[in-house]
Amino acid sequence: MSGTVKISVRDLNLYYGENHALKNINMDICEREITALIGPSGCGKSTFLKTLNRMNDLVENVRITGQICLDGQDIYDKKLDTTVLREKVGMVFQQPNPFPMSIYDNIAYGPRVHGIRDRRVLDGIVEESLKGAAIWDEVKDRLKTSALGLSGGQQQRICIARALAVKPSVLLMDEPTSALDPVSTSKIEDLMEELKKQYTIVIVTHNMQQALRVSDKTAFFLVGDMVEYADTKTLFSYPQDKRTESYITGRFG
Amino acid sequence: MILGKRKIKDLLAQILIYLCAAFSVAVLLLILCFVVKRGVKSVNWSFLTTVTSVRKQTVGIAGNILNTVLIILVSMLIATPIGVGAAIFLNEYAGKGKTVRIIEFTTEVLAGIPSIIFGLFGMLFFGETLGMGYTILTGSLTLSMMVLPLITRNTQEALKTVPDGYRSASIGLGAGKWYMIRTILIPSAMPGILTGVILSIGRIIGESAALLLTAGSAKHLPKTFLGIFDKIFQSGGTLTIQLYLSATSEGDFDTAFGIAVVLLIIVFLMNVLAKTLARKMSPTGKGR
Repeated sequence: MSGTVKISVRDLNLYYGENHALKNINMDICEREITALIGPSGCGKSTFLKTLNRMNDLVENVRITGQICLDGQDIYDKKLDTTVLREKVGMVFQQPNPFPMSIYDNIAYGPRVHGIRDRRVLDGIVEESLKGAAIWDEVKDRLKTSALGLSGGQQQRICIARALAVKPSVLLMDEPTSALDPVSTSKIEDLMEELKKQYTIVIVTHNMQQALRVSDKTAFFLVGDMVEYADTKTLFSYPQDKRTESYITGRFG
Repeated sequence: MILGKRKIKDLLAQILIYLCAAFSVAVLLLILCFVVKRGVKSVNWSFLTTVTSVRKQTVGIAGNILNTVLIILVSMLIATPIGVGAAIFLNEYAGKGKTVRIIEFTTEVLAGIPSIIFGLFGMLFFGETLGMGYTILTGSLTLSMMVLPLITRNTQEALKTVPDGYRSASIGLGAGKWYMIRTILIPSAMPGILTGVILSIGRIIGESAALLLTAGSAKHLPKTFLGIFDKIFQSGGTLTIQLYLSATSEGDFDTAFGIAVVLLIIVFLMNVLAKTLARKMSPTGKGR
Protein backbone atom coordinates (compact mmCIF):
# COMPACT_ATOMS: atom_id res chain seq x y z
CA MET A 1 0.00 0.00 0.00
CA SER A 2 1.19 3.47 -0.85
CA GLY A 3 0.31 7.08 -0.08
CA THR A 4 -0.03 9.10 3.10
CA VAL A 5 -2.55 7.82 5.61
CA LYS A 6 -5.47 10.24 5.94
CA ILE A 7 -7.77 8.28 8.19
CA SER A 8 -6.66 5.48 10.43
CA VAL A 9 -9.19 3.19 12.06
CA ARG A 10 -8.11 1.06 15.04
CA ASP A 11 -10.13 -1.71 16.71
CA LEU A 12 -13.41 -0.08 15.82
CA ASN A 13 -16.52 -1.76 17.25
CA LEU A 14 -20.03 -0.47 16.90
CA TYR A 15 -23.17 -1.73 18.62
CA TYR A 16 -26.79 -0.87 17.87
CA GLY A 17 -28.18 -1.86 21.25
CA GLU A 18 -27.37 -5.57 21.47
CA ASN A 19 -26.50 -5.87 17.81
CA HIS A 20 -22.75 -5.93 17.16
CA ALA A 21 -22.76 -4.16 13.80
CA LEU A 22 -19.04 -3.53 13.25
CA LYS A 23 -16.44 -5.93 14.60
CA ASN A 24 -12.85 -4.93 15.20
CA ILE A 25 -12.28 -2.91 12.09
CA ASN A 26 -8.68 -1.86 11.38
CA MET A 27 -8.06 0.15 8.27
CA ASP A 28 -5.86 2.90 6.86
CA ILE A 29 -7.44 5.16 4.27
CA CYS A 30 -4.94 6.97 2.07
CA GLU A 31 -4.96 10.59 1.05
CA ARG A 32 -6.15 11.49 -2.47
CA GLU A 33 -7.32 8.00 -3.26
CA ILE A 34 -10.71 6.50 -3.77
CA THR A 35 -11.49 3.76 -1.31
CA ALA A 36 -14.50 1.62 -2.10
CA LEU A 37 -16.49 -0.30 0.52
CA ILE A 38 -18.37 -3.26 -0.91
CA GLY A 39 -20.44 -6.07 0.52
CA PRO A 40 -24.01 -7.39 0.64
CA SER A 41 -26.84 -5.40 2.25
CA GLY A 42 -26.60 -5.19 6.00
CA CYS A 43 -22.86 -5.94 6.05
CA GLY A 44 -22.06 -2.71 7.87
CA LYS A 45 -20.40 -0.78 5.06
CA SER A 46 -22.76 2.20 5.29
CA THR A 47 -22.59 2.12 9.07
CA PHE A 48 -18.82 2.19 8.84
CA LEU A 49 -18.92 5.12 6.41
CA LYS A 50 -21.08 7.08 8.84
CA THR A 51 -18.63 6.56 11.69
CA LEU A 52 -16.11 8.60 9.70
CA ASN A 53 -18.03 11.87 10.17
CA ARG A 54 -19.98 10.75 13.23
CA MET A 55 -23.36 10.73 11.54
CA ASN A 56 -24.11 7.75 13.78
CA ASP A 57 -24.28 10.17 16.69
CA LEU A 58 -27.85 10.87 15.57
CA VAL A 59 -28.96 7.27 15.99
CA GLU A 60 -30.22 6.18 19.37
CA ASN A 61 -28.59 3.36 21.32
CA VAL A 62 -25.33 3.43 19.39
CA ARG A 63 -22.14 2.54 21.24
CA ILE A 64 -18.75 2.86 19.64
CA THR A 65 -15.37 1.66 20.92
CA GLY A 66 -11.94 1.95 19.35
CA GLN A 67 -10.32 4.86 17.62
CA ILE A 68 -10.61 6.76 14.35
CA CYS A 69 -7.96 9.35 13.62
CA LEU A 70 -8.23 11.98 10.92
CA ASP A 71 -4.87 13.59 10.22
CA GLY A 72 -3.68 12.06 13.47
CA GLN A 73 -6.52 13.52 15.56
CA ASP A 74 -9.01 11.29 17.33
CA ILE A 75 -12.43 12.23 15.96
CA TYR A 76 -14.25 10.60 18.88
CA ASP A 77 -12.41 12.83 21.34
CA LYS A 78 -15.03 14.28 23.72
CA LYS A 79 -13.70 17.78 23.19
CA LEU A 80 -14.01 17.56 19.41
CA ASP A 81 -16.64 19.78 17.80
CA THR A 82 -18.63 17.75 15.26
CA THR A 83 -19.27 20.95 13.30
CA VAL A 84 -15.54 21.24 12.64
CA LEU A 85 -15.25 17.53 11.86
CA ARG A 86 -18.07 17.71 9.31
CA GLU A 87 -16.43 20.74 7.75
CA LYS A 88 -13.45 18.48 7.02
CA VAL A 89 -15.40 15.36 6.15
CA GLY A 90 -18.24 16.02 3.73
CA MET A 91 -20.97 13.57 2.82
CA VAL A 92 -23.07 12.72 -0.24
CA PHE A 93 -26.10 10.52 0.27
CA GLN A 94 -27.79 7.75 -1.66
CA GLN A 95 -30.90 9.71 -2.54
CA PRO A 96 -30.14 13.11 -4.05
CA ASN A 97 -31.38 15.40 -1.28
CA PRO A 98 -31.09 19.03 -2.30
CA PHE A 99 -32.93 21.35 0.07
CA PRO A 100 -36.19 22.88 -1.17
CA MET A 101 -34.49 26.18 -1.95
CA SER A 102 -32.68 27.79 -4.86
CA ILE A 103 -29.55 26.22 -6.31
CA TYR A 104 -27.54 29.12 -4.95
CA ASP A 105 -28.90 28.76 -1.42
CA ASN A 106 -28.26 25.02 -1.49
CA ILE A 107 -24.58 25.53 -2.22
CA ALA A 108 -24.26 28.48 0.17
CA TYR A 109 -25.92 26.53 2.99
CA GLY A 110 -22.72 24.93 4.29
CA PRO A 111 -20.59 28.08 4.16
CA ARG A 112 -23.39 29.94 5.96
CA VAL A 113 -23.43 27.28 8.67
CA HIS A 114 -19.78 28.04 9.19
CA GLY A 115 -20.42 31.74 9.48
CA ILE A 116 -19.67 33.09 6.01
CA ARG A 117 -22.11 35.92 5.25
CA ASP A 118 -20.26 38.15 2.79
CA ARG A 119 -22.16 38.07 -0.48
CA ARG A 120 -19.08 38.28 -2.70
CA VAL A 121 -17.28 35.50 -0.85
CA LEU A 122 -20.41 33.32 -1.15
CA ASP A 123 -20.73 34.09 -4.86
CA GLY A 124 -17.16 32.90 -5.33
CA ILE A 125 -17.68 29.72 -3.34
CA VAL A 126 -20.90 28.89 -5.19
CA GLU A 127 -19.26 29.24 -8.60
CA GLU A 128 -16.14 27.35 -7.57
CA SER A 129 -18.12 24.48 -6.01
CA LEU A 130 -20.50 24.13 -8.95
CA LYS A 131 -17.51 24.07 -11.30
CA GLY A 132 -15.84 21.51 -9.04
CA ALA A 133 -18.91 19.30 -9.33
CA ALA A 134 -19.02 19.76 -13.12
CA ILE A 135 -22.47 21.29 -13.18
CA TRP A 136 -21.72 25.01 -13.45
CA ASP A 137 -22.40 25.21 -17.16
CA GLU A 138 -25.78 23.54 -16.78
CA VAL A 139 -27.07 25.78 -14.00
CA LYS A 140 -25.17 29.07 -14.13
CA ASP A 141 -28.13 30.89 -15.70
CA ARG A 142 -30.65 29.70 -13.15
CA LEU A 143 -28.92 29.84 -9.80
CA LYS A 144 -32.00 31.46 -8.26
CA THR A 145 -34.42 28.73 -9.32
CA SER A 146 -35.36 25.80 -7.12
CA ALA A 147 -32.90 22.91 -7.05
CA LEU A 148 -35.87 20.54 -7.00
CA GLY A 149 -36.56 21.34 -10.64
CA LEU A 150 -33.35 19.59 -11.77
CA SER A 151 -33.03 15.98 -12.92
CA GLY A 152 -31.88 13.31 -10.44
CA GLY A 153 -28.36 13.26 -11.83
CA GLN A 154 -28.09 17.03 -11.72
CA GLN A 155 -29.49 17.06 -8.19
CA GLN A 156 -26.81 14.62 -7.09
CA ARG A 157 -24.09 16.82 -8.57
CA ILE A 158 -25.67 19.77 -6.75
CA CYS A 159 -25.36 17.72 -3.57
CA ILE A 160 -21.71 17.05 -4.35
CA ALA A 161 -21.17 20.76 -5.00
CA ARG A 162 -22.93 21.52 -1.72
CA ALA A 163 -20.55 19.18 0.08
CA LEU A 164 -17.52 20.73 -1.67
CA ALA A 165 -18.60 24.25 -0.69
CA VAL A 166 -17.42 23.82 2.90
CA LYS A 167 -13.98 22.85 1.54
CA PRO A 168 -13.63 19.42 3.09
CA SER A 169 -10.57 17.25 2.62
CA VAL A 170 -12.49 13.98 2.77
CA LEU A 171 -15.66 13.16 0.84
CA LEU A 172 -17.87 10.28 1.95
CA MET A 173 -20.26 8.96 -0.67
CA ASP A 174 -23.02 6.54 0.33
CA GLU A 175 -24.05 4.75 -2.88
CA PRO A 176 -24.14 8.07 -4.71
CA THR A 177 -25.30 6.62 -8.03
CA SER A 178 -27.70 3.88 -7.00
CA ALA A 179 -30.71 6.12 -7.62
CA LEU A 180 -29.43 7.39 -10.98
CA ASP A 181 -29.56 6.32 -14.61
CA PRO A 182 -26.40 5.04 -16.41
CA VAL A 183 -25.58 8.35 -18.11
CA SER A 184 -25.76 10.32 -14.86
CA THR A 185 -23.81 7.54 -13.16
CA SER A 186 -20.95 7.76 -15.60
CA LYS A 187 -20.88 11.55 -15.24
CA ILE A 188 -20.51 11.18 -11.50
CA GLU A 189 -17.84 8.52 -11.88
CA ASP A 190 -15.83 10.83 -14.18
CA LEU A 191 -16.29 13.56 -11.63
CA MET A 192 -14.92 11.35 -8.84
CA GLU A 193 -11.82 10.70 -10.95
CA GLU A 194 -11.36 14.47 -11.14
CA LEU A 195 -12.14 15.07 -7.48
CA LYS A 196 -9.61 12.61 -6.17
CA LYS A 197 -6.80 14.96 -7.24
CA GLN A 198 -7.84 17.14 -4.33
CA TYR A 199 -9.95 15.00 -2.04
CA THR A 200 -9.78 11.72 -0.24
CA ILE A 201 -12.90 9.82 -1.23
CA VAL A 202 -14.58 6.90 0.51
CA ILE A 203 -17.45 5.41 -1.43
CA VAL A 204 -19.97 2.75 -0.48
CA THR A 205 -21.25 0.91 -3.51
CA HIS A 206 -23.45 -2.03 -4.30
CA ASN A 207 -22.05 -2.13 -7.76
CA MET A 208 -18.82 -4.12 -8.00
CA GLN A 209 -18.16 -2.89 -11.52
CA GLN A 210 -18.24 0.62 -10.16
CA ALA A 211 -15.75 -0.22 -7.42
CA LEU A 212 -13.49 -1.75 -10.03
CA ARG A 213 -13.84 1.27 -12.33
CA VAL A 214 -13.29 4.09 -9.90
CA SER A 215 -11.48 2.96 -6.79
CA ASP A 216 -7.84 2.55 -5.87
CA LYS A 217 -8.48 0.34 -2.88
CA THR A 218 -11.41 -1.81 -1.95
CA ALA A 219 -12.59 -3.18 1.36
CA PHE A 220 -15.00 -6.11 1.48
CA PHE A 221 -17.41 -6.20 4.42
CA LEU A 222 -19.50 -9.15 5.57
CA VAL A 223 -21.85 -9.17 8.59
CA GLY A 224 -19.84 -6.55 10.43
CA ASP A 225 -16.40 -7.92 9.63
CA MET A 226 -13.98 -6.35 7.25
CA VAL A 227 -12.98 -9.53 5.45
CA GLU A 228 -10.42 -8.18 3.08
CA TYR A 229 -8.85 -4.84 2.19
CA ALA A 230 -6.42 -4.42 -0.69
CA ASP A 231 -5.61 -2.60 -3.89
CA THR A 232 -8.75 -2.83 -6.00
CA LYS A 233 -7.07 -4.71 -8.84
CA THR A 234 -5.48 -7.18 -6.47
CA LEU A 235 -8.70 -7.75 -4.56
CA PHE A 236 -10.73 -8.41 -7.67
CA SER A 237 -8.04 -10.49 -9.42
CA TYR A 238 -6.51 -12.42 -6.54
CA PRO A 239 -8.89 -12.39 -3.60
CA GLN A 240 -7.14 -13.90 -0.59
CA ASP A 241 -10.28 -14.95 1.25
CA LYS A 242 -12.73 -17.59 0.03
CA ARG A 243 -15.70 -15.37 1.03
CA THR A 244 -14.40 -12.42 -0.98
CA GLU A 245 -13.98 -14.67 -3.96
CA SER A 246 -17.51 -16.02 -3.76
CA TYR A 247 -18.93 -12.52 -3.38
CA ILE A 248 -17.09 -10.93 -6.28
CA THR A 249 -17.80 -13.85 -8.56
CA GLY A 250 -21.46 -13.34 -7.76
CA ARG A 251 -22.17 -16.43 -5.73
CA PHE A 252 -24.07 -14.45 -3.09
CA GLY A 253 -25.00 -10.90 -2.14
CA MET B 1 -83.85 -12.74 -13.21
CA ILE B 2 -80.95 -12.44 -10.82
CA LEU B 3 -78.99 -10.08 -13.04
CA GLY B 4 -81.91 -7.70 -13.23
CA LYS B 5 -82.34 -7.70 -9.46
CA ARG B 6 -78.69 -6.86 -8.99
CA LYS B 7 -78.96 -4.00 -11.43
CA ILE B 8 -81.97 -2.59 -9.63
CA LYS B 9 -80.12 -2.78 -6.32
CA ASP B 10 -77.18 -0.97 -7.84
CA LEU B 11 -79.42 1.70 -9.23
CA LEU B 12 -81.25 2.16 -5.92
CA ALA B 13 -77.98 2.47 -4.00
CA GLN B 14 -76.73 5.00 -6.47
CA ILE B 15 -79.88 7.10 -6.21
CA LEU B 16 -79.70 7.04 -2.41
CA ILE B 17 -76.08 8.13 -2.42
CA TYR B 18 -76.81 10.97 -4.82
CA LEU B 19 -79.71 12.02 -2.61
CA CYS B 20 -77.43 12.10 0.45
CA ALA B 21 -75.00 14.33 -1.39
CA ALA B 22 -77.76 16.56 -2.67
CA PHE B 23 -79.26 16.82 0.81
CA SER B 24 -76.02 17.96 2.44
CA VAL B 25 -75.51 20.60 -0.20
CA ALA B 26 -79.12 21.66 0.07
CA VAL B 27 -78.88 22.12 3.84
CA LEU B 28 -75.86 24.37 3.43
CA LEU B 29 -77.55 26.39 0.72
CA LEU B 30 -80.74 26.68 2.75
CA ILE B 31 -78.90 28.10 5.75
CA LEU B 32 -76.86 30.42 3.58
CA CYS B 33 -79.90 31.77 1.74
CA PHE B 34 -81.93 32.15 4.91
CA VAL B 35 -79.18 34.04 6.73
CA VAL B 36 -78.30 36.23 3.80
CA LYS B 37 -81.94 37.01 3.02
CA ARG B 38 -82.67 38.09 6.57
CA GLY B 39 -79.34 39.73 7.30
CA VAL B 40 -78.17 41.44 4.19
CA LYS B 41 -80.37 44.49 4.62
CA SER B 42 -78.70 45.31 7.95
CA VAL B 43 -75.21 45.25 6.51
CA ASN B 44 -74.12 48.64 5.26
CA TRP B 45 -71.19 51.00 5.81
CA SER B 46 -72.48 52.50 9.04
CA PHE B 47 -73.28 49.02 10.41
CA LEU B 48 -69.60 48.11 9.96
CA THR B 49 -68.07 51.36 11.16
CA THR B 50 -70.18 52.58 14.09
CA VAL B 51 -71.21 51.36 17.48
CA THR B 52 -74.82 50.84 18.49
CA SER B 53 -75.89 53.94 20.40
CA VAL B 54 -79.33 55.16 21.34
CA ARG B 55 -78.13 58.75 21.67
CA LYS B 56 -76.50 58.85 18.21
CA GLN B 57 -79.25 56.73 16.69
CA THR B 58 -76.76 54.28 15.18
CA VAL B 59 -76.70 50.51 14.95
CA GLY B 60 -73.24 49.10 14.36
CA ILE B 61 -70.75 46.42 15.21
CA ALA B 62 -67.40 48.20 14.79
CA GLY B 63 -66.52 47.58 18.43
CA ASN B 64 -67.25 43.88 18.12
CA ILE B 65 -65.15 43.64 14.98
CA LEU B 66 -62.26 45.29 16.79
CA ASN B 67 -62.67 42.95 19.77
CA THR B 68 -62.71 39.92 17.48
CA VAL B 69 -59.53 41.05 15.76
CA LEU B 70 -57.82 41.73 19.09
CA ILE B 71 -58.77 38.35 20.50
CA ILE B 72 -57.51 36.62 17.36
CA LEU B 73 -54.21 38.51 17.44
CA VAL B 74 -53.49 38.05 21.13
CA SER B 75 -54.54 34.38 21.17
CA MET B 76 -52.45 33.54 18.13
CA LEU B 77 -49.43 35.46 19.43
CA ILE B 78 -49.55 33.26 22.50
CA ALA B 79 -50.58 29.96 20.94
CA THR B 80 -48.48 29.87 17.76
CA PRO B 81 -44.97 29.92 19.26
CA ILE B 82 -45.95 27.50 22.03
CA GLY B 83 -47.77 25.14 19.67
CA VAL B 84 -44.99 25.11 17.09
CA GLY B 85 -42.38 24.73 19.82
CA ALA B 86 -44.25 21.79 21.33
CA ALA B 87 -44.51 20.12 17.92
CA ILE B 88 -40.79 20.56 17.30
CA PHE B 89 -40.03 19.12 20.71
CA LEU B 90 -42.28 16.11 20.16
CA ASN B 91 -40.98 15.39 16.68
CA GLU B 92 -37.32 16.30 16.82
CA TYR B 93 -36.16 16.02 20.40
CA ALA B 94 -38.34 13.69 22.40
CA GLY B 95 -37.66 10.41 20.62
CA LYS B 96 -40.34 7.75 20.68
CA GLY B 97 -40.71 7.04 24.38
CA LYS B 98 -43.74 6.70 26.61
CA THR B 99 -43.72 10.39 27.56
CA VAL B 100 -44.28 11.42 23.95
CA ARG B 101 -47.22 9.07 23.59
CA ILE B 102 -48.74 10.45 26.78
CA ILE B 103 -48.26 14.03 25.59
CA GLU B 104 -49.72 13.24 22.17
CA PHE B 105 -52.70 11.53 23.79
CA THR B 106 -53.22 14.51 26.10
CA THR B 107 -53.10 16.89 23.15
CA GLU B 108 -55.79 14.91 21.40
CA VAL B 109 -57.98 14.85 24.48
CA LEU B 110 -57.44 18.58 24.90
CA ALA B 111 -58.72 19.09 21.36
CA GLY B 112 -61.96 17.30 22.18
CA ILE B 113 -62.86 19.13 25.39
CA PRO B 114 -66.01 21.25 25.07
CA SER B 115 -65.03 24.88 24.85
CA ILE B 116 -67.21 25.96 27.75
CA ILE B 117 -64.97 23.94 30.07
CA PHE B 118 -62.01 25.99 28.89
CA GLY B 119 -64.18 29.03 29.58
CA LEU B 120 -64.98 27.89 33.10
CA PHE B 121 -61.32 27.26 33.81
CA GLY B 122 -60.25 30.57 32.25
CA MET B 123 -62.84 32.50 34.19
CA LEU B 124 -61.74 31.08 37.52
CA PHE B 125 -57.99 30.79 36.92
CA PHE B 126 -57.09 33.81 34.76
CA GLY B 127 -60.07 35.93 35.78
CA GLU B 128 -60.29 35.28 39.52
CA THR B 129 -57.05 33.72 40.71
CA LEU B 130 -54.77 35.89 38.57
CA GLY B 131 -57.15 38.82 38.95
CA MET B 132 -57.54 39.69 35.27
CA GLY B 133 -61.32 39.84 35.42
CA TYR B 134 -63.51 39.91 32.32
CA THR B 135 -61.00 41.15 29.76
CA ILE B 136 -59.90 40.46 26.22
CA LEU B 137 -56.64 39.16 27.70
CA THR B 138 -58.48 36.60 29.84
CA GLY B 139 -60.45 35.49 26.80
CA SER B 140 -57.34 35.29 24.65
CA LEU B 141 -55.39 33.24 27.18
CA THR B 142 -58.32 30.86 27.45
CA LEU B 143 -58.73 30.52 23.71
CA SER B 144 -55.01 30.10 23.15
CA MET B 145 -55.18 26.99 25.34
CA MET B 146 -58.14 25.80 23.33
CA VAL B 147 -56.43 26.12 19.93
CA LEU B 148 -53.00 24.90 21.04
CA PRO B 149 -53.69 21.29 19.98
CA LEU B 150 -54.73 22.42 16.50
CA ILE B 151 -51.42 24.16 15.95
CA THR B 152 -49.35 21.41 17.52
CA ARG B 153 -51.03 18.62 15.56
CA ASN B 154 -50.82 20.39 12.22
CA THR B 155 -47.19 21.36 12.74
CA GLN B 156 -46.35 17.81 13.79
CA GLU B 157 -47.99 16.35 10.71
CA ALA B 158 -46.06 18.80 8.55
CA LEU B 159 -42.77 17.96 10.27
CA LYS B 160 -43.38 14.27 9.70
CA THR B 161 -43.55 14.81 5.95
CA VAL B 162 -40.17 16.58 5.81
CA PRO B 163 -37.81 13.98 4.28
CA ASP B 164 -35.11 12.68 6.61
CA GLY B 165 -32.65 13.37 3.81
CA TYR B 166 -32.98 17.10 4.52
CA ARG B 167 -32.12 16.56 8.15
CA SER B 168 -29.07 14.41 7.50
CA ALA B 169 -27.84 16.66 4.68
CA SER B 170 -27.97 19.67 6.98
CA ILE B 171 -26.32 17.89 9.91
CA GLY B 172 -23.77 16.43 7.48
CA LEU B 173 -22.73 19.93 6.47
CA GLY B 174 -21.92 20.68 10.08
CA ALA B 175 -25.14 22.42 11.08
CA GLY B 176 -26.21 22.19 14.69
CA LYS B 177 -29.66 20.82 15.43
CA TRP B 178 -31.31 24.16 16.10
CA TYR B 179 -29.75 25.69 12.98
CA MET B 180 -31.12 22.76 10.97
CA ILE B 181 -34.58 23.21 12.49
CA ARG B 182 -34.55 26.95 11.87
CA THR B 183 -33.30 26.87 8.28
CA ILE B 184 -34.77 23.62 6.95
CA LEU B 185 -37.58 22.22 9.07
CA ILE B 186 -39.58 25.32 9.94
CA PRO B 187 -39.61 26.64 6.35
CA SER B 188 -40.59 23.20 5.03
CA ALA B 189 -43.32 22.86 7.63
CA MET B 190 -44.63 26.37 7.04
CA PRO B 191 -47.72 25.33 5.02
CA GLY B 192 -48.73 23.00 7.87
CA ILE B 193 -48.10 25.65 10.50
CA LEU B 194 -50.21 28.11 8.55
CA THR B 195 -53.00 25.58 8.15
CA GLY B 196 -53.01 25.18 11.93
CA VAL B 197 -53.03 28.93 12.45
CA ILE B 198 -55.90 29.48 10.03
CA LEU B 199 -57.98 26.63 11.46
CA SER B 200 -57.36 28.13 14.90
CA ILE B 201 -58.45 31.57 13.78
CA GLY B 202 -61.57 29.95 12.38
CA ARG B 203 -62.34 28.37 15.74
CA ILE B 204 -61.72 31.63 17.56
CA ILE B 205 -64.07 33.51 15.23
CA GLY B 206 -66.77 30.94 15.86
CA GLU B 207 -66.24 30.65 19.61
CA SER B 208 -68.84 32.03 21.97
CA ALA B 209 -69.30 29.87 25.06
CA ALA B 210 -65.76 30.21 26.36
CA LEU B 211 -65.68 33.94 25.66
CA LEU B 212 -68.98 34.61 27.36
CA LEU B 213 -67.34 33.45 30.60
CA THR B 214 -64.04 35.25 30.15
CA ALA B 215 -64.01 38.28 27.85
CA GLY B 216 -67.34 39.89 28.66
CA SER B 217 -69.54 41.72 26.19
CA ALA B 218 -68.52 45.41 25.97
CA LYS B 219 -68.95 46.85 22.50
CA HIS B 220 -67.72 50.44 22.64
CA LEU B 221 -64.77 51.66 20.59
CA PRO B 222 -61.67 53.14 22.25
CA LYS B 223 -61.50 56.94 22.15
CA THR B 224 -57.95 57.15 20.79
CA PHE B 225 -55.78 54.97 18.58
CA LEU B 226 -53.55 53.90 21.47
CA GLY B 227 -56.70 53.03 23.35
CA ILE B 228 -56.77 49.90 21.19
CA PHE B 229 -53.99 48.48 23.34
CA ASP B 230 -55.79 49.40 26.55
CA LYS B 231 -58.77 47.46 25.23
CA ILE B 232 -56.77 44.27 25.75
CA PHE B 233 -57.13 44.80 29.48
CA GLN B 234 -60.81 45.69 29.27
CA SER B 235 -63.99 43.75 28.66
CA GLY B 236 -64.88 43.15 25.02
CA GLY B 237 -67.49 41.09 23.22
CA THR B 238 -66.72 39.50 19.86
CA LEU B 239 -69.10 39.25 16.92
CA THR B 240 -70.48 35.91 18.05
CA ILE B 241 -71.09 37.22 21.57
CA GLN B 242 -72.98 40.20 20.18
CA LEU B 243 -74.93 37.89 17.91
CA TYR B 244 -75.97 35.87 20.95
CA LEU B 245 -76.93 38.96 22.91
CA SER B 246 -78.82 40.49 19.98
CA ALA B 247 -80.77 37.31 19.42
CA THR B 248 -81.60 36.78 23.10
CA SER B 249 -81.74 39.56 25.65
CA GLU B 250 -81.81 42.44 23.14
CA GLY B 251 -84.30 40.74 20.81
CA ASP B 252 -82.80 42.58 17.84
CA PHE B 253 -82.83 39.99 15.08
CA ASP B 254 -81.84 42.43 12.34
CA THR B 255 -78.48 42.97 14.02
CA ALA B 256 -78.11 39.26 14.79
CA PHE B 257 -78.58 38.28 11.17
CA GLY B 258 -76.39 41.15 10.01
CA ILE B 259 -73.59 39.81 12.17
CA ALA B 260 -74.25 36.33 10.81
CA VAL B 261 -73.74 37.58 7.27
CA VAL B 262 -70.49 39.29 8.27
CA LEU B 263 -69.27 36.09 9.96
CA LEU B 264 -70.08 33.99 6.92
CA ILE B 265 -68.11 36.35 4.70
CA ILE B 266 -65.14 36.22 7.08
CA VAL B 267 -65.18 32.42 7.21
CA PHE B 268 -65.34 32.27 3.42
CA LEU B 269 -62.40 34.65 3.10
CA MET B 270 -60.40 32.65 5.64
CA ASN B 271 -60.88 29.53 3.57
CA VAL B 272 -59.73 31.24 0.39
CA LEU B 273 -56.72 32.64 2.26
CA ALA B 274 -55.82 29.22 3.65
CA LYS B 275 -55.87 27.64 0.22
CA THR B 276 -53.86 30.42 -1.38
CA LEU B 277 -51.22 30.44 1.34
CA ALA B 278 -50.82 26.69 1.34
CA ARG B 279 -50.23 26.80 -2.40
CA LYS B 280 -47.79 29.72 -2.24
CA MET B 281 -45.79 28.32 0.64
CA SER B 282 -45.34 24.75 -0.53
CA PRO B 283 -41.61 24.10 -1.08
CA THR B 284 -41.71 23.76 -4.85
CA GLY B 285 -43.87 26.83 -5.18
CA LYS B 286 -46.19 24.93 -7.48
CA GLY B 287 -48.73 23.68 -4.99
CA ARG B 288 -49.58 20.08 -4.38
